Amino acid sequence: MHFVVNGGGVDLEFDPRTSLLDLLRERLQLFGAKKGCNQGACGACTVLVDGERINSCLALAVQYQDREITTIEGLGAPGTLHPLQAAFVEHDGFQCGYCTPGQICSAVAMAEELKRGVPSYVSDDVTAADFALTRDELRERMSGNLCRCGAYNGIVEAIEETFGITSTGSGKREAAE
Amino acid sequence: MNPFTYERASDPQAALALGARAGTKYLGGGTNLVDLMRETIERPNLLVDVTGLSCAIEETEEDGLRIGAGVKNTAVAADRRVRDRYPMLAQAILAGASAQIRNMATMGGNLLQRTRCTYFYDDAARCNKRNPGAGCDAVEGFNRYHAILGASSACVATHPSDMAVALAALDAVVAVEGQTGRREVPLTDFHRLPSETPQIETVLEPGELITAVTLPPEGFAGRSSYRKVRDRASYAFALVSVAAALEVEDGTVKKVRIALGGVAHKPWRATTAEAALKGGPATEPAFRAAAEAELASARGLSHNVFKIDLARRVVTDMLVKLSAQKGVI
Repeated sequence: MHFVVNGGGVDLEFDPRTSLLDLLRERLQLFGAKKGCNQGACGACTVLVDGERINSCLALAVQYQDREITTIEGLGAPGTLHPLQAAFVEHDGFQCGYCTPGQICSAVAMAEELKRGVPSYVSDDVTAADFALTRDELRERMSGNLCRCGAYNGIVEAIEETFGITSTGSGKREAAE
Repeated sequence: MNPFTYERASDPQAALALGARAGTKYLGGGTNLVDLMRETIERPNLLVDVTGLSCAIEETEEDGLRIGAGVKNTAVAADRRVRDRYPMLAQAILAGASAQIRNMATMGGNLLQRTRCTYFYDDAARCNKRNPGAGCDAVEGFNRYHAILGASSACVATHPSDMAVALAALDAVVAVEGQTGRREVPLTDFHRLPSETPQIETVLEPGELITAVTLPPEGFAGRSSYRKVRDRASYAFALVSVAAALEVEDGTVKKVRIALGGVAHKPWRATTAEAALKGGPATEPAFRAAAEAELASARGLSHNVFKIDLARRVVTDMLVKLSAQKGVI
C-alpha cells in the first residue's frame, strides 16, 4: 500500500486494523502525533490529510492510501519552525506539550477553513461570505483539541498572532452572556 | 479489535454484492464504527468502504438538493447552496462533534451512528441494545443524557445526531439501495423507537445501503434555526436540541416545523405541536401551549426530568424569536 507522508512516498503492508495514528507512530517513527484518548475526544492525534484536519486515531490507515498526509514533522523542524510553532514558544502555548502537535496541525487547517469561508456554529450568519477570527470563533473552531494543562490562553494568543485576529467584536456566544 | 477484511467498493453494485454477505459492514468515515470495533461492540468480518461512491451534491428536478451518502459533513455545511437554502441544516451539522470529526464523517454514516449511552459502551453493564434480553442499566443508572420521549422499559438511549434533527424538520428523504432495488424512506420513518427490540435502530434491511439524502425545495431560509443545549459550550452531545422553522402571515401561523434532538431514540418530529399551531395565533402563549402538548407524553428518569421543562422552554423561545424576525422572505 502506498502512502504520501510529509511529501515523501512510502510503500508498506500492514493489518487493516491499524489506525493511521499507529501507522505513523509505530511503522514510520513519526512520534509527533500523540495517542491521547484514542477515541476522537481529545485531538492530540490531529494530522492533515490533503490539508484538512482529521483525528488519526479514528482513521483506518487503509482508507488513506495515496492521500497527502502531513504531520507536525512536515510543518516545521528545529531551526525552521512553522510560524505557529514559534508563536506557541513565544506565548507559552503549552506546559507538558503532549497536545501541542495536534493543536498546531488543527490550527493550521482551521486557518485554511476560514480562508475558504467555512462557517462555524457560533457564526452569526452561516450564509456570510467570510468569517472574522473573533475569540469566540477561534475557541469554537478549536474545540476538538483539549489541553489538560489548561494552556488555552497561550494557545489562543499564539493562534491570534499567527493568523491575525480580524475583529474583537462579540459573536453569538458573548452576546448571550 | 477483531480481524476483518477491507474492500473498497468500486461502484454501488459491487458494494451491494459484498454487503449481502453475513458479517459485512459498510464503512464511511469510521468515526463511530472504528471506535465500536475497537471496543468489540461491533465485530464485522468484512468492511466495505463506500466513501468513494456518492460524493456529489446535486440539484434535483424538484428544485431540491440531493446529497450523496459519501459527502463529508464539513462539505455539506460549507456548501453555498446548503447554507443559502437550508441554513438550519448547516447550523445543525456545525453543532455536532469537532471540526476534525466533521471532516471525516459522511452523510450516510452520520445517520447510522449509534447511541453514546455509556452503558451501551460498557461491557460490564447490562444493555439490551448490545446484548438483547440482558436488561438495561441506564433506566436506574446515570441517565442525564437519556430519552424522555418514546422510550421503552428495554431502552432509554437517545440518537446522538444533530444533523438528523434538522433533516427531520426539513422533511428530508433517505435514498436506499438493496439487492432487490431502490426505495425512498422519509427521514422521520428511517429510525425506529426502541420498543422491545432496541438493537434494531433503523428500517434498513440487511445489506441495504444509503446512497443519498434528498432535500425538498422548501428550506425555510431566513425563518428557521437550530439550537443546541449541552453541558459545555462546544463539542458535547445535546441535552436538548431543537430545529425549528416558522412562517407567519397576518399574525397567524402559516407553516411550522419543529424537531427535537437528545430526547428520544430517533430525531423527534414534534407533529403534535405543529398541528396545534398551524392556522392559530403566532403568540408566546400559543407556542408554549403547543410545546406542552408535544411533551404531555414525556416521562423523565431519575437524572433527566429537567429535560422536559428545558425542551418546552427552548421550543417556546425559538418560536418567539422566529416570529419576531423582520423581513422574512
